[in-house]
Amino acid sequence: MSLTIREAFPALARPGFHYLDSAAMAQIPGLVSEAVTHHNRTARSNVRRGLHEMAQRADAAYDGARATVGRFLNAPAEEVVFTAGCTLALNMAAWGLGRNLGPGDEVAVSRLEHHSSCLPWMALARERGFALRWLPVTPDGRLDFADLGAMVTPRCKVVVATHASNVTGAVSDLPRLAEAARAVGALLVVDGAQMVPHGRVDPRALGADLYAFAGHKAYGPTGIGVLWGRAEVLDGMAPLVVGGGMVGTVGDDDFTWGEPPHRFEAGTPPVAQAVGLAAALEWMSGLDWQAVHQQEAALTWHLLDGLRSMEGVRIVGPLGLEARVPVVSFTVEGCHPHDLSHLLAGRGVAVRGGAHCARPLMSVLGLEEGTLRASLAPYTNRDDVDALLRGLAEAMKVLR
Amino acid sequence: MSDELYGAAIKELAAREPAVLDGADASVSLDNPLCGDRVSLDVRLDGGRVTASGHRVKGCLLCKAAAALAEERAVGLEADGAAQLLDQVAGMLKKGAEPAFPALAAFLPVRPHKSRHDCVLLPFKALARAVKAS
Ligand SMILES: Cc1ncc(COP(=O)(O)O)c(C=O)c1O
Repeated sequence: MSLTIREAFPALARPGFHYLDSAAMAQIPGLVSEAVTHHNRTARSNVRRGLHEMAQRADAAYDGARATVGRFLNAPAEEVVFTAGCTLALNMAAWGLGRNLGPGDEVAVSRLEHHSSCLPWMALARERGFALRWLPVTPDGRLDFADLGAMVTPRCKVVVATHASNVTGAVSDLPRLAEAARAVGALLVVDGAQMVPHGRVDPRALGADLYAFAGHKAYGPTGIGVLWGRAEVLDGMAPLVVGGGMVGTVGDDDFTWGEPPHRFEAGTPPVAQAVGLAAALEWMSGLDWQAVHQQEAALTWHLLDGLRSMEGVRIVGPLGLEARVPVVSFTVEGCHPHDLSHLLAGRGVAVRGGAHCARPLMSVLGLEEGTLRASLAPYTNRDDVDALLRGLAEAMKVLR
Repeated sequence: MSDELYGAAIKELAAREPAVLDGADASVSLDNPLCGDRVSLDVRLDGGRVTASGHRVKGCLLCKAAAALAEERAVGLEADGAAQLLDQVAGMLKKGAEPAFPALAAFLPVRPHKSRHDCVLLPFKALARAVKAS
């Protein structure tokens, strides 16, 4: 008998536990944990170094994982770089494309960005002296394209945007951004951390040049991320980290880089984690996404509807289901998100309160105290959403 | 359950209007980057004794309540005594000490909730720094 989606996740078997914090870290299917364990039992060896039997198995597993990620992204395996996480991938993208920029150049960064996406560019701008332009957002937490032409100028070399906001859930119109970037010869760097957990993505078709995501938000292990890049872009890019495994030739005074993707994988890569990520993406690929999206949309609507009917609750982000992932932020008048999330935790409901590592967005939306965020996944059910709505009503009573 | 954290005494403290202190001798702002709380404690001293205090707070209910208590409690204390409030609060939360003064008992329910200790300690940390700075 095949498991339901929820049954595939051992952590969710606990009665009375309502996990609505998947945007911070998704739960992991049992078969993914088992794939990691199996790899460690049968193929634990360093990769691209040894000739013994275990080493060969490790090489096959690691190469296989890369091919699986490639299939998920509709891309050749050589365009897939394994990293220690999404944050590292985004830093690699920034230093790879931005280290030679300087005064007179511009980089346009969306105001929806997570700190892991915008801080590398802020740090580089300070160091290299180029200008950073913040792409504005609408009051409902979407990218505002009204002045896109004026924001992405001929001086612009890179456009940086999230595919889906970790605060508002809004999905960015990447083809439109790509068009604006291409019109001035700029590259498009995309943070896909919140999009990949909700189905397969084709970054090339969307117009991205570099695309990053995290394993642990996509039902995989921690300690693994991916940087996908168009072959031509990766080819011209400098590595952020140098060391074993990424070189061409090494002399006393100089060395050359190896070819992508290895150029960007200095040191022992996260082999077992890559195997786990591949298992997670394979698990995802086996889902009926039409059904999953329908269910996610129905639950998101149920949540939005419930929140709308509560006094003093303000939804931060799109009010509808169009172009959004099932991530819903809101504030409650007179109640601090931190107190609410603690009271909800006491009722078995896991949500996140705070600024969600997105200060540039919080400040422009006037949300000094942050928001409460509920994030859904394919394993979320109506009971979880009802527990949140019920718990919230009770928590508001406790605090008022 | 975490409901016991939000008893009447804590809510009453949190609901107090913070005093605004003009002409402070020292003012210290501290952040709790984890939850985004920010507290500023202002003190005026005369002959080494706190004669007036005020605060501004942007934070959760526990932080607001603690800031109100820190502001109230500091007045009349020697600088050292005001700084020691931090040890008293930390001692009660982290080491199981009895409340050093009756009003502090309102925060006893926070003891088992380690992740919230910093919300309560932040205003007392700011107070300790402020009296030491002046
Ligand atoms: C949109 C977004 N980008 C980047 C990150 C950073 O991912 P990680 O912490 O796994 O490196 C996160 C994680 O919260 C995120 O939500």
